[in-house]
Amino acid sequence: MPVMQIIFIIVSAVTLVSAIMVVTDRNLFHAALWMMLSFLGVAGLYILLENGFMAATQLLVYIGAISILVIFAIMMTRRLMSTTESPYNSQWPWGGLAALLLLGLLASVITQFDSLVPGVGRTAPETESAIQSMVTDLGVAFTASDQYVLVFELASVLLLVALVGSIIVARPDIDPEEDNS
Amino acid sequence: MIPLSWYLIVAAALFCIGMYGILARRNAVAMLMAVELTLNAVNINLIAFWRYTDPSSSAGVAWAIFVFTVAAAEAAVGLALIISIYRQRESVIAEELDILKY
Amino acid sequence: MSLLEALRTLNLFDYLRELWGPEPWVEPVLDIISIMSLSTFCLLIVLFLIWLERKVIARMQDRIGPNRVGGKYGAAQTLADVAKLLTKEMVTPSGADWAAYNLAPFLIVMTALLMWAVMPFAPQFIGVDLNIGIFYVLSISSVSVVCILLAGWGSNNKYALLGAFRAVAQLVSYEVPMVISLIIPIILARSMSLVSISEAQWIPFAAVVPLSAIVFFISALAETGRTPFDLLEAESEIVAGFHVEYGGMKFGMFFLAEFVSTLFMSSLVATIYFGGYRSIMLEWFGVATGPYLGLLIFFIKTFLVYFVFIWIRATWPRLRIDQMLNFNWKFLVPLSLVMVLVAALLDRAVSHNQWLWWAAHLGTNIVIGAGALAFARRRANRDNLLEDNEKQAPPATASAGPLMEGADPHGDHDDHGHAVPAPAHD
Repeated sequence: MPVMQIIFIIVSAVTLVSAIMVVTDRNLFHAALWMMLSFLGVAGLYILLENGFMAATQLLVYIGAISILVIFAIMMTRRLMSTTESPYNSQWPWGGLAALLLLGLLASVITQFDSLVPGVGRTAPETESAIQSMVTDLGVAFTASDQYVLVFELASVLLLVALVGSIIVARPDIDPEEDNS
Repeated sequence: MIPLSWYLIVAAALFCIGMYGILARRNAVAMLMAVELTLNAVNINLIAFWRYTDPSSSAGVAWAIFVFTVAAAEAAVGLALIISIYRQRESVIAEELDILKY
Repeated sequence: MSLLEALRTLNLFDYLRELWGPEPWVEPVLDIISIMSLSTFCLLIVLFLIWLERKVIARMQDRIGPNRVGGKYGAAQTLADVAKLLTKEMVTPSGADWAAYNLAPFLIVMTALLMWAVMPFAPQFIGVDLNIGIFYVLSISSVSVVCILLAGWGSNNKYALLGAFRAVAQLVSYEVPMVISLIIPIILARSMSLVSISEAQWIPFAAVVPLSAIVFFISALAETGRTPFDLLEAESEIVAGFHVEYGGMKFGMFFLAEFVSTLFMSSLVATIYFGGYRSIMLEWFGVATGPYLGLLIFFIKTFLVYFVFIWIRATWPRLRIDQMLNFNWKFLVPLSLVMVLVAALLDRAVSHNQWLWWAAHLGTNIVIGAGALAFARRRANRDNLLEDNEKQAPPATASAGPLMEGADPHGDHDDHGHAVPAPAHD
C-alpha cells in the first residue's frame, strides 16, 4: 500500500474518531478539545488534497476562532457540565438510526462512483502550476466582476451583520436607571 | 494515489456523525459543535471535487471559503443566542427551551 | 560539490543529497534534520535571550544583573535556572483537567516553533518557502490562544481562568490590527511569501509605510504578551495569570514559548519591514549578499528589534484592561483600516514610477499618522476634562461597571479579581 494511502487512512481515522468523541463525550470541554482535533484532521485532509491555503484557513477560522468561541460559551454555561444525567435526549436512538441509514445510502452511492462517473476520481489531474497559482487565482476570482465579487461582498456584509447582531444579542440587559451615567 | 471516493466516504461519515450529534445531544452548545462538523464535511467534498476535477478553476475553493464565512457567522450568532438564553433561563438544554409551546 | 564548497555557500543539504544519492529515504531524513536543527537552535537561543534580557533590564535599572554563575557576566545563569526547573517535581494540581493541563505547555511550545518554518534566515536558507507564508504564520499564532485557554481552564484556579479570559480578549483583539496592518506589505510586495517580501524591498517597507510597521509592532507586543500588554500575567493583580498553577519545566515551557515567539515577532518585523537578510545599503555599494553575510544581517536586524522589545519592557508601566481594549478597538483598528484603504488605492494609482510610489506612500502615511495623533490627543484632552469635572462634582451613581462581568464564570461578583478598579466615590 502506498505511503500516501496510509497517511490518508491515519488522518481520516483521527478525524472520524475524534468526531465521534465530539458527539459522545459527556464532558463538554473535552468534546470541544476533540472537535479541535477533528478540525486539525480535516486540515490534514486539505494538505493531502494539496491545498495548503485551505488548511491554513481551516486552522485560522475553525481552531483559532470558532473553537475559542465554543470554549468560551462552554465556560460561561459551565454549571451544566457537572450534571451526571445523560447527554442525549429521548430521541437519540432514532437519531442514530437516521444517521446510520444516511451513511449507508451515501456509501452505497459513493462505492458505485467510478461506474457512475467514469473517468473522474481514480487519479487527480497532474497540474502543478494550477495548484501553485491557486491563491492568486482565488484572489482574482473574488474581485473579478464576472466571477464572485457579488458573493464576496455579500459574505462580508454577512460577517458584519453577524458581528453586530451577536454583540446586540449577547449584551447583558442594562437597567435603565443605571444607564444614564 | 488516493481515489476520490475515499474522500467522499470520509466526508459522508463526518456528516453523519455531525447529524447524529445534532439529533441526539441535549446541550445547545454540543449541537452547535455537531453543526460545525457537518459544515466541515461539506468543505471536504468541495475541496476533493476541486482537486479531482478541475484544479485550474477556483470555484471549489471559492465556495469552500464562503462555507467558512457562513460557519463563522453561524457560530458567532448561535453562541450569542445560547449565552443570551442562558442568562434568561439558566439552561442551555434544547428540550427545556420550550416556552413557545404554551 | 565538495564539502568546502558546500560550507562556503552554506548549502549542506545539496551536498548531502549528492553524497547519499537518489534514495527514497533521503528527503524525509533531510526534512527531519532540518526540523531538528531549526527547533534546537530556537530552543537554545532562548538561553541567550533570557540572559540578554536580564542583563539589559538590569543595566537600564542601574543594576548589574546576573554576575555569579559562569564568570563575571553571569553567562551560565540561565543554564543554572534551567537545571533548577528541570529537577523540580512535576505536579498536577488536584481538580485540574488532566488532559488540558498537561497538553497546554507542549502545544504552546509547538506553535512557537512551527512558525519558524517559513522564516528566511538567509538567501536559500529557509525551512520551506510557502506562497502563503504570512498567512501560515497568522494561522499558527492563532492556535497559541487555544493553548492559553487550555492552561487557564485546566488549572482549576480562579486566577488562572481570569488570566486566560484576559489573554483571549487581548490576543483575539490584537490579531485584528495585526492582520490588517500586514495586508499593506502584502499589497506592496504582491505576495504573501516571506522570501518574496524581502526580495521586493528595494527600499525597506519601514521607510515606505512606517505607520503599518508601528501598528504591527504594537500588535506584536500585545500578541506576545509583553509589557505594556502583560496584563495576562500581571503578578500584582492575578498572581501570574493563566500559568499560575504550573511549576517546574511545565512553567518553563510557557516561558520558553514566550521568548521564542518574541524572537519570532522581532524577526518578522525585521523581515517584513526592514528587508530581512538583505542589506539595502550594502546593495547600493554593489556588495552581493551571500549566505553568511545574509545570516549576519538578519540576526543584527532581529536583535535590534528585539532590543526595542526589551527596552519597552524595562520602561513602560502596564496598561489597564479597558485602556488596552479601547486603544485597540477605537484607535488601532480604524487606523489600520484607513491605512489599508489608502495603500490599496495608492498602489493602483502610482505604481508606474517607483520614486513617486515611495513618496506617495510615505506622504500619506505621515498625514494619516499626524491626523490619528491629533485625534487621539483631542480625545485624551476631552477625557481628562470629563475626569476633572467628575472630581469636582461626583455623580450620584457609580459608572463603569466591572468590564468582565459577562465573562465571570462563577456568577458571584467579587470585585477583587477584576481588572478595572471601581471609580472612587469621594
